[in-house]
Amino acid sequence: MLRKIRQTLAIVFFAMVTLLFLDFTGTLHVWFGWMAEIQFLPALLALNIGVVVFLLLLTLLFGRIYCSIICPLGVFQDVVSWISGKRKGKKHRFAYSPALTWLRYAVLVLFVIACIAGINSFVALLAPYSSYGRMASNLFAPLWQWGNNVLAYLAERVGSYAFYETEVWIKSLPTFILALITFVVIGVLAWHNGRTYCNTVCPVGTLLGVVSRFSLYRPVIDVEQCKNCRLCAKKCKSACIDLEKHQIDYSRCVTCMDCLDACKHGAIHYENRFRQERETNTGNSKEASDSSRRSFLTLAATLTVGSVLKAQEKKVDGGLAPIIDKKKPERQTPILPPGAGDKRHFAQHCTACQLCVSECPNGVLRPSANLTTFMQPQMSYERGYCRPECMRCAEVCPTGAISLNTLADKVSTQVGHAVFVKELCVVQRDGVSCGNCARHCPTGSIQMVAENPDDPESPRYPVVNVETCIGCGACENLCPSRPYSAIYVEGHERQRLV
Amino acid sequence: MEKNNNPINRRKFIKIVGISTAALSGVLPGCTSEKKETAGNSSAPQASGEMTYRTAACGDKVSLLGYGCMRWPTLPSPAQDGNVIDQAAVNDLVDYAIAHGVTYFDTSPVYMQGWSEKSTGIALKRHPREKWQIATKLSNFSNYTRENSIAMYKKSFEDLQVDYIDYYLLHSIGNGGIETFRGRYIDNGMIDYLMEERKAGRIRNLGFSFHGTQAVFDEVLAMYDKVHWDFVQIQLNYSDWRHATGSNVNAEYLYGELEKRNIQAIIMEPLLGGRLSKLPEHIIARLKQRRPEDSVASWAFRFAGSPEKVLTVLSGMTYKEHLIDNLRTYSPLIPLSDEDYKFLEETAQLIMKYPTVPCNDCKYCMPCPYGIDIPGVLLHYNKCVNEGNIPKSRQDENYRQARRAFLVGYDRSVPKLRQASHCIGCETCNPHCPQSIDIPKELHRIDAFVEQLKQETL
Repeated sequence: MLRKIRQTLAIVFFAMVTLLFLDFTGTLHVWFGWMAEIQFLPALLALNIGVVVFLLLLTLLFGRIYCSIICPLGVFQDVVSWISGKRKGKKHRFAYSPALTWLRYAVLVLFVIACIAGINSFVALLAPYSSYGRMASNLFAPLWQWGNNVLAYLAERVGSYAFYETEVWIKSLPTFILALITFVVIGVLAWHNGRTYCNTVCPVGTLLGVVSRFSLYRPVIDVEQCKNCRLCAKKCKSACIDLEKHQIDYSRCVTCMDCLDACKHGAIHYENRFRQERETNTGNSKEASDSSRRSFLTLAATLTVGSVLKAQEKKVDGGLAPIIDKKKPERQTPILPPGAGDKRHFAQHCTACQLCVSECPNGVLRPSANLTTFMQPQMSYERGYCRPECMRCAEVCPTGAISLNTLADKVSTQVGHAVFVKELCVVQRDGVSCGNCARHCPTGSIQMVAENPDDPESPRYPVVNVETCIGCGACENLCPSRPYSAIYVEGHERQRLV
Repeated sequence: MEKNNNPINRRKFIKIVGISTAALSGVLPGCTSEKKETAGNSSAPQASGEMTYRTAACGDKVSLLGYGCMRWPTLPSPAQDGNVIDQAAVNDLVDYAIAHGVTYFDTSPVYMQGWSEKSTGIALKRHPREKWQIATKLSNFSNYTRENSIAMYKKSFEDLQVDYIDYYLLHSIGNGGIETFRGRYIDNGMIDYLMEERKAGRIRNLGFSFHGTQAVFDEVLAMYDKVHWDFVQIQLNYSDWRHATGSNVNAEYLYGELEKRNIQAIIMEPLLGGRLSKLPEHIIARLKQRRPEDSVASWAFRFAGSPEKVLTVLSGMTYKEHLIDNLRTYSPLIPLSDEDYKFLEETAQLIMKYPTVPCNDCKYCMPCPYGIDIPGVLLHYNKCVNEGNIPKSRQDENYRQARRAFLVGYDRSVPKLRQASHCIGCETCNPHCPQSIDIPKELHRIDAFVEQLKQETL
């Protein structure tokens, strides 16, 4: 029964957190955004004391159920391990192994030091939620989007507006490769040894393990009932049941309740450590595994919809002039998303979970390739610009690294300023009149000024008011000059309200 | 329970399919019902009788339906020599048209990115010369010099593979005002040259096609005494009859002036590039109510064909279905009654209430040097106007659906990089528009509307 409840909750959490990364329409986070906010590290970085205390209390009461239910990376490993266990003869493939205590604590100490010193690439590399976000955003989201695009293609054929096409592209190659490596490493570990990652590397797992040693409820082996059949140890994906001593390593136990159902002699109970008398409960294990199989299949079906690739053909009439792609200008200072505050604040609070990158509907946010801010989001305007009606990155950010109260705040937050490059401007190059930058500036910070003060008919060039410019990139994105825009945005290290 | 449901569903399904096939055969050319009525006395199953013909001043028997060669079917990608036209499809359409009585074919050196004359020539060459008349134009829009104009004229003979041209037109008079007209035809002596050619028999009829202001029309028409225009091509349809848009002149005036001088009219844009068949639902219902079996387009063609001084009505038919439908309308023409005229005038007034952009998708504005799909943007806007998807405010009842239909449909019809937001207002397009639409102004207006929809500030 307990195992069944654990499985059900885990699947709900896992599915919803994953959907947060997949959903590009921005509707889900209204309902399930809190699931990202109760992740341990994001809550810690957001200084969300309530959540941190709650999670610690939860662990102190019931053991590491955080790792079994709330952590998407944990559940992801369970799913991989479950598939691996379905192979013939692999049902009982685990065995007790002693804890690699020194490695665990060394990683935890390094992690804490990295957190304090602001070595974010290291933090993002190890943090479980960031690792999962990286995989979901880089590997699962494209599949989901391709599936959506197939539906959009069909919808277009039947004249429905229910689905619209989205663009699938690699936002940063280093991050994509790292996501692939994370997927393979964690996948292989889970395939062979279950929760190895959680109990040797994961800093959150180690930290909660310290607490869960003293948890109120925990599984206990009844020595009198135990027949030493080792079934529980062979089923324990955390490899923490030592049957020689009839002991369980509670720092590594993720309270998955698998052992409870595995024991044929009713010798393992989940009970209050202060309670002497024994509760009698029997669970129906067959039913539980059946329902979990069904749930899993549903989930898998949802995830793999549309691995069918749609051959994309742009309809181009012969009468259309070719358009070349924009290239990214060399920016001295990277542009941070509005609400990121200043460079240092952002670097310390962002876990690089990629949720905002997944969510950005305008193709503006992408992971940084710079080592000190590795994988943290940055803005660039080759595919779109930061539109005035959108603050989705701030809405989804679980750590508060990007935080905005209202849209009014967003359109008055200066993230950078526009710089004009006259030699690229089509007014000079093609001898035409333009002004597309001025026409689209949401703050009215660009005016077109005649070159010759004595001749109002002379060519007009944009003049940027850097005091009111917010750096949204509308001018850069819509500038007709290609591949390099004649007006581009330089980032600011410290954002301010204008 | 479930078992009981199945047969009912299947029966229902068959019933529905049965109905829809019946409905389809009603829509499809030919109309099985009509075929039965007229079986035995007509070789053309699609029409109830013979094509209506008009006699030209020179004695030609000209079909009332003229084939406009501006919208030939295109290939998915241009052929090796750059030809964009699907020649096999053109041959098929031309064969069908000639077999059903069409004699008049209208092209220009600039149509279809310059490939129309060649394609049309190839298709027509396969039929006896006396079975068809060819019309082409002096389309010297950018280079007015005498040498270039004569070269263009001579090239037409080569491309069309003919030794005489039945109808030769000064192309699109009125665009750019009287100055441009003088530059293109008077100052370079082309008008005298062409009159000589007419005398030599290489041009059988000389005329002009007109888009523009009344002053230019009056002045060019007044040259009649000198040039003796054999015909004039004007834009005429039940919307432009009294409600011409922009700087265009009401067709009622244009036709009246021609009638006064006893000059025959050739009609272009009878359907406004399809705008008079892509109408709002309730206007379609209104037309269908009056003649349930006739297409929406047939009203426009009957209107254009009814006046006696009309020699032929041009239609750029890309699809066989359109050709068949138009053949049906004109075989024979059922002239409009006085009530019909009144009914169409009321219809025109209803259409006027829909603020569509008067773009007929002629693509003269293309290519835009900055890559914008101008007709694509304007046609999407018009579609949304007709379908009621241009919300006026957020309080509108259908605001949500309309907003979604407009924005999602916009991205589907026009790739993001070719949308109105990229129009810089260089105005390269403006002098080319026969409907004198201020294209950048319209694009900026549509772009501002899109912004309002996106930002929800409507």
